[in-house]
Amino acid sequence: MPEITYLEALREGITEEMARDDSVFCMGEDIGAYGGAFKVTDGLLERFGESRVIDTPISEIAIVGAAVGAGHMGMRPVVEMQFIDFIANAYDMLTNYVATARYRAFLPCPMVVRGPSGGYVRGGPFHSQNPEAGFIHTPGLKVVYPATAEDAKGLMKSAIRDDDCVLFFEHKYLYRRIKAEMPSGDHVVPIGKARVAREGKDVSIITYAATVWKALEAAELLEKEDGISVEVIDLRTLAPLDDEAIFATVRKTNRVLVLHEDTRTGGIAGEITARINESCFEWLDAPVLRVTAHDIPLPYAPQLEDFVLPQTSDIARAVRRLAAY
Amino acid sequence: MAGKKPRGMGNGESGIGNARTSNGRASRSTAQGTPDSRFPIPDSRPSSLLTRAQKLDLYYWMRMTRSLEERLVALYRQTKVVGGLFRSLGQEADAVGSAYALERRDILSPLIRNLGSMLVKGATPLEILRQYMAKGDSPTRGRELNIHFGDTERGFIGQISPLGDMVPVMAGVTLTFRMRGQDRVGLVYVGDGATSTGAFHEGINFAAVQRLPLVVIVENNGYAYSTPIEKQTAARQFVDKAIGYGIPGLQADGNDVLAVYDVTKQAVDYARAGGGVTLVELMTYRRKGHAEHDNQSYVPAGEIDRWAAENDPLDRYLVVMREALGATDAEIAAIDARVTAEIDAATDEAEKSPPPLPLDALVGIYADPPSERPLWFRDGADRAVDVNERPEGWGTWQAPRTGSG
Repeated sequence: MPEITYLEALREGITEEMARDDSVFCMGEDIGAYGGAFKVTDGLLERFGESRVIDTPISEIAIVGAAVGAGHMGMRPVVEMQFIDFIANAYDMLTNYVATARYRAFLPCPMVVRGPSGGYVRGGPFHSQNPEAGFIHTPGLKVVYPATAEDAKGLMKSAIRDDDCVLFFEHKYLYRRIKAEMPSGDHVVPIGKARVAREGKDVSIITYAATVWKALEAAELLEKEDGISVEVIDLRTLAPLDDEAIFATVRKTNRVLVLHEDTRTGGIAGEITARINESCFEWLDAPVLRVTAHDIPLPYAPQLEDFVLPQTSDIARAVRRLAAY
Repeated sequence: MAGKKPRGMGNGESGIGNARTSNGRASRSTAQGTPDSRFPIPDSRPSSLLTRAQKLDLYYWMRMTRSLEERLVALYRQTKVVGGLFRSLGQEADAVGSAYALERRDILSPLIRNLGSMLVKGATPLEILRQYMAKGDSPTRGRELNIHFGDTERGFIGQISPLGDMVPVMAGVTLTFRMRGQDRVGLVYVGDGATSTGAFHEGINFAAVQRLPLVVIVENNGYAYSTPIEKQTAARQFVDKAIGYGIPGLQADGNDVLAVYDVTKQAVDYARAGGGVTLVELMTYRRKGHAEHDNQSYVPAGEIDRWAAENDPLDRYLVVMREALGATDAEIAAIDARVTAEIDAATDEAEKSPPPLPLDALVGIYADPPSERPLWFRDGADRAVDVNERPEGWGTWQAPRTGSG
């Protein structure tokens, strides 16, 4: 089997689920005839027709609202936010309506809200965001954010089959840069399970999405230059968090760096640090450290964006500090 | 646009709107063709009061808009533009003519295809070039892209990417005009796509209820990214939406700069006189893609060429200039040369501009404190990325296959 990109893997996941289940359909802005701003849904209109690949007006509230209504009635919509930054427009629908629907009204919400996320692409403040934290904080929503092509496909299939609303963040920097051969057969990656991206014994880096690759790069550098053995945990799912995987790596290395591209204050690194503190305090040989973006709207100029976002050298510096404890 | 009504093509003749008047004046939106008595269309055209110099000025701004964008295309191809490039080719009349109808003290909020409106309001080619090139001395100091910037002193407030958001913002701007007893008017542009957003609806409704001095211009250029208008609205025309908000609606040929000036001036005068909000639909056509990367594969064959050949706003206005204003070739060539010289000078200066200083990223999140501190792992650093830190293969290195999945 040939290697395919992260973006093609997403498309393959959606396509397979649409083929096996006629309740799966897509909606979004420019997703049909144009194939989506990044072409994730390219070719779906030709294959499945206008009734299952629906071009919508510029109306995120209506897109998400219509998705949940269809979900109540047994459909499994997969809807696109053209850039995930625009999910903010649907915040009310997602947090007030969708997230509470099962609990307060016993209504199923099998739906996927997906979209291109993340920075390192010179996209400026409205085409680079990582808005996961607000949704992780909202009970009732599941959140996934894959780093690899295999997970892009496998998690997409799981998300579509899930009986609750899954927010599916796709990292646009990875869309065409990451390639992999897909496992054969019905490749499904379970929601809620982290992955060991690299085995190590001295220091753990817990991260997700594009910064998984930065962590791996730093890990190689540190092994070569410092002889530090770094373990990298790719969370894959952010809600619900895989506590077992997090605690297992803490008990293994006793030194932990939590890394994310999202801003610092209120970011998920704080939550993970707290859980480690509550459950694994005795296992720690050093304080849990965070490397995150600065608390700043993401600027456009390369010199500024690079300063705000976490870089490989930052990770190396943090790991060295942990190793020296 | 399969299944779409044919669009107006010839000079002075535009079959776009069904309720159009034949003399280039705006047409009204009415429920069942009943005239809206609150908004009588004056017999005279406001543009008839413009001087010859002002009318030549309109050409200067349209030419500047087009030529500046052409310069940006050249810079984009040289990879000197960071990020996307957005064109307003074919929409210069709608941007320039509408902004020209405002007084200096009035405030507008542009859309991505309103470079011309911003130029009329005092944005300079140098600012635009520096902004697109992400320079440290650009109006946003490298923080925002393209024409996303503003200057309330000069009378324009910068947009953000989410569409329709500027409508409620401009409601607040014009609310202030009224609360402060100022004789000022606001103008906000949206595209056909933005009318589908909640922000547009809430903003225009709020402004209408408050009878604020606001003009809302819907630039109907046929497409929102790839989405044609028949997938954007079931309304026969966007101007019809005015009825639901209880405000007058006007529609005009957006590629006729004088018609654009006239219709906007009517709405501006109405707002200034205390009448409240007007929705103005300008019929135009987006000849380039959403941004420079967009190959417009979704546009029916021949449509773009037809608009370019038969309904170019500059070509049309050149005819008016020659026939009605008696402008000579030499006169027109002199304006063109002036535009080119100004853009050349601005380009030279913009290319010399420095990039932003990395530490400037930390400045100005709040008024107080004025600056953030670098995070601990950046202590003492004046830049984030060492030269050559990011190898070519960043992000493509394959992890060993461990763990599940």
